[in-house]
Amino acid sequence: MADRAQPVSGAPGIGAALCVATLILGALAAVIWRAEPGSGLDPSDWQALRFTLIQAALSAGLSVALAVPVARALARRRFVGRGALITLLGAPFILPVIVAVLGLLAVFGRAGWVSQALGALGLEPLRIYGLHGVVLAHVFFNLPLATRLILQGWQEIPGERFRLAAQLGAGPGAIWRLLERPMLARTAPGALAVVFAICLTSFAVALTLGGGPRATTVELAIYQAFRFDFDLGRAALLSGIQIVLTALAAGLALRAAPGSGFGAGLDRSVQRWDANTPALRLLDGAAITVAALFLLLPLAAIAMAGLPGLTELPASVFHAARTSVLIALLSTGVLLLLAVPMAASIAMARRAAWIEIAGLLGLAVSPLVIGTGLFIVIYPLADPRALALPVTALVNAVMALPFALRILVPRARAVIGDFGRLGLGLNMGGGPFLRLVLLPRMRAQIGFTAGLAAALSMGDLGVIALFADQDMATLPLQIYRLMGAYRMEAAAGAALLLLGLSMLAFWIFDRGGRWHAEP
Amino acid sequence: MLNLEDAVIRNGVFTVTADFAIDSGAKIAVIGPSGAGKTTLIEAIAGFRPLERGRILWDGRDITQDAPGARPVAMLFQDGNLFPHLTVAQNAGLGLRPDLRLTSKQKARVRAALARVGLQGLEERKPGALSGGQQSRAALARVMLQDRPLLLLDEPFAALGPALKAEMLDLVAALVQETGATLMMISHDPDDARRIADLAILVAEGVAHPPQPTVDLLDNPPPTLRAYLGAG
Repeated sequence: MADRAQPVSGAPGIGAALCVATLILGALAAVIWRAEPGSGLDPSDWQALRFTLIQAALSAGLSVALAVPVARALARRRFVGRGALITLLGAPFILPVIVAVLGLLAVFGRAGWVSQALGALGLEPLRIYGLHGVVLAHVFFNLPLATRLILQGWQEIPGERFRLAAQLGAGPGAIWRLLERPMLARTAPGALAVVFAICLTSFAVALTLGGGPRATTVELAIYQAFRFDFDLGRAALLSGIQIVLTALAAGLALRAAPGSGFGAGLDRSVQRWDANTPALRLLDGAAITVAALFLLLPLAAIAMAGLPGLTELPASVFHAARTSVLIALLSTGVLLLLAVPMAASIAMARRAAWIEIAGLLGLAVSPLVIGTGLFIVIYPLADPRALALPVTALVNAVMALPFALRILVPRARAVIGDFGRLGLGLNMGGGPFLRLVLLPRMRAQIGFTAGLAAALSMGDLGVIALFADQDMATLPLQIYRLMGAYRMEAAAGAALLLLGLSMLAFWIFDRGGRWHAEP
Repeated sequence: MLNLEDAVIRNGVFTVTADFAIDSGAKIAVIGPSGAGKTTLIEAIAGFRPLERGRILWDGRDITQDAPGARPVAMLFQDGNLFPHLTVAQNAGLGLRPDLRLTSKQKARVRAALARVGLQGLEERKPGALSGGQQSRAALARVMLQDRPLLLLDEPFAALGPALKAEMLDLVAALVQETGATLMMISHDPDDARRIADLAILVAEGVAHPPQPTVDLLDNPPPTLRAYLGAG
């Protein structure tokens, strides 16, 4: 039928979606099959569940509460470096967690800059391990995200409204009631839900800054049941709890999500006629300065602490770095093979909802849950440790898939909408349309996606911790081991190396995609 | 010969019915009020819109179910007729081989076609580096190379100024004269219709009427067309 004629075939995307759905649902099924209810949850499990919810709620609340003044300041001020700061707000997304943790330790840790300053005043040093450390790290990662989400809400208030308000002589208070409070009532719940969902599945932060019976998340408890007791039944039971938690939180976040936060146009600032009083200028300036310092100081600390160690890195670090680069490349390749066909299928099909849902499944499961499921599936067939590399790459790819589709689908829709008919009219056929039109015109988005995927995979500390044995490590895992051995100088040097590799991977792919690309 | 037999084309809430024949080599303007379904009619002939009922035949062959690229049709849209990331020569070359694997002989034909429309020396430019008129010429060169017996124009020159538009229409008229192709062009401008189309199809109130001499239709317009033309 002519009405179903499409410039490229939707079949590869459907196949990719089926693979993803099979992988995730299969892992979930394995977890549920293997879970041993036994005597139900013991007190430490309840403790982990409670801690998970409390830290996620605190992290979400603090991130969003602090994001409001920062976003407001960014929305109504123009200053040199504003664009750079907004770009910086996107950086934590690809910043390896372990690097940030080391940076936060260098600033807020027992021997960190803040503690030293307090010591000089005769005060007690800070204690970073435990609940407040976990929350601090989560706020570090999610304050920028929340700021971007809320800033987007501010930018979506049409400039004409502010002009009208100024015409009516509305001051900051009136504008707050008229325009800003209603906007926040719309955007803040979404931002809260997104941050809450992210913090629920947080593993690396809890692993490094939490731990102990009083600061263990469910995700960390899965790891401990696995690593310390090799109790697959208990790990599966905990995974079951985590599945329910994440599915609920992801559903909540998707329902309330205000947008992707990747949104373009955030570097536009609206002309404002209110809020020009010195006090408000000072307030906004302070909000921006504190936020910028909070983000930049830990990175600066890593650079300073890492540089001396860089020349004396142990060979194990370079070996781990090679492994990490390999995993990142493999994971990026797998991701693109899944995401590009899926994006094309979603862009063309009228009933593509299930493909989109398959793409979002990665949000509803945590890495350690998939890892546990895959371990259960592989264990009877082969030695899971021998498959650590491909499994890690695969899980990383599936985790990056939701973000990839958010970037690729709109562009695929635009290209097919603009040129699909022309391709059909010229009888180009699927192959030539893909080669001559779709891929070249999506190059910038594909490059950006590949950059994100490579950086995320490079910095990931999750599944690999389940699967790796003593002889094998990725760079983040090796850094964690160095920290555990109190070799902080080497850890800082390795962290700087990891940071460089992650940023380089992102830069190469993103730049490669945009190189000579047509607008 | 193009036949539309009891064709009913649906576009959302409205339908266009068509039942007429067009002789090969005819030059036909499609005119009528805005939103009456001129584009809908053209899109159905090109295969971008399914028929709800009826058939479309080309030289007696039923093409109703054929994919757009398999029809004897070359079409120029209102916009988006060139791929902005491909060179002028590549864009034109798509008319010969949609996968662009051109032999040197075919490349020579591409150069000749571009020279015919006045674009010699600009083969390696991207469309963004051409003027609006030059972009139209590049699209026409591709249409020439496609060498399909039926050329459909959905106002591809609407964004050009009056003089340039007239120049393009003259070029189109010359090209179809050379190839003997049948031309159907949507037009909002009665002068354009008079200029190159000896016959005109009126699309109004859900019906695409059989072709009639352009001069008769424009000199004695029915009420719906008169209101549209504003010719009192």
